Amino acid sequence: MKRKHKRLTFVVVALGFLALATALVLLAFEEGIVFFYSPTELTAKKPPAERRLRVGGLVEEGSVEKSGTVVTFRVTDLNNSVPVTYKGILPDLFREGQGVVAEGRLVGGVFVAAEVLAKHDETYMPPEVAEALKKSGRWQGGNP
Amino acid sequence: MIQKFANPARFIRLSQALLPWMAGLTLAFAAVGLYLGLVVAPADYQQGESVRIMYIHVPAAWMALFCYTAMAIAAAVGLIWKHPLADLAAKSTAPIGAAFTFLALFTGAMWGKPMWGTWWVWDARLTSMLVLFFLYLGYIALVNAFDNPARGIKASSILVLVGFVNVPIIKFSVEWWNTLHQPASVLKIGGPSIHPSMLWPLLLMALAFTTYYLWVLLLRLRGEIIANKIRVLRLRRVHGQA
Repeated sequence: MKRKHKRLTFVVVALGFLALATALVLLAFEEGIVFFYSPTELTAKKPPAERRLRVGGLVEEGSVEKSGTVVTFRVTDLNNSVPVTYKGILPDLFREGQGVVAEGRLVGGVFVAAEVLAKHDETYMPPEVAEALKKSGRWQGGNP
Repeated sequence: MIQKFANPARFIRLSQALLPWMAGLTLAFAAVGLYLGLVVAPADYQQGESVRIMYIHVPAAWMALFCYTAMAIAAAVGLIWKHPLADLAAKSTAPIGAAFTFLALFTGAMWGKPMWGTWWVWDARLTSMLVLFFLYLGYIALVNAFDNPARGIKASSILVLVGFVNVPIIKFSVEWWNTLHQPASVLKIGGPSIHPSMLWPLLLMALAFTTYYLWVLLLRLRGEIIANKIRVLRLRRVHGQA
């Protein structure tokens, strides 16, 4: 075996082991890497009230109620939903049917959010196209 | 075939002919891409005018990954086949890749604040991209940390190859874990979910960024080759062989 073939084999084998090690580490830390829990995961987990975490999903249609600066709404993953209360300024993209990630604590079944972030999907199109899709009934997105 | 381009003198001649083409293509693609992106392309149905940050942010992020992949390939070729030009290509790519990564992170923050409501979150996509930035900086620090350039190249080539595990993690972070960052819009199964009127300016900008990278890479490589020549001449003079 020539020296460069030895080096090639070494690099390939070393990278293979490295990839395997990384995959195992990432699998082990999966819990820590997820940015938010869905309402279903949250209801299953029943985290303690002092634990700060994030819940993500869609803002349930017709659930948003504003009184002063306090907003209450439900975050849903279309199977389960969690009521959220939040006092503060909402991002511009916050709408019913829109993706949302709230950070805070689950206190007695109600999620008290300290921060609410909007999450949008990977679809980009002009407003006229969105309008046309809705008219033709082929709209698949949320409720802009 | 590799041997044919391994000759630095031949490379100097070839790159001399390519440089004006790369410069011209970069300016042409960027001019048309920016005009289409900033003037002609429509606003987004959700994000409004803010969507135009995409025409800088997305190509910068693509190039950050592209440059790192190119660096890893060059480093592997340099380590295995002892190809001197490959070593220099890896070394010359690092600062360009670092700049693209910084641009992607910076424009991402500018975009995140109005859309998501935050400059920064520690989700898998943003964090792995920050790790990429540090990998570039680490490479640049390491490659220059040795008195003997060959040892610097060897140590930093190993660093690049080890860091390459981060590249698929960045690409698939938005699919493997839930993140605040949305999944891919262009390179995904089932075709792009971005309207053609917005996709074309984006692709033109990606071309502009690519030719810009090649342009600067050729310039930096020529500089490295000439610097090497000067080093050799100096050494000969010191040893009295001139």
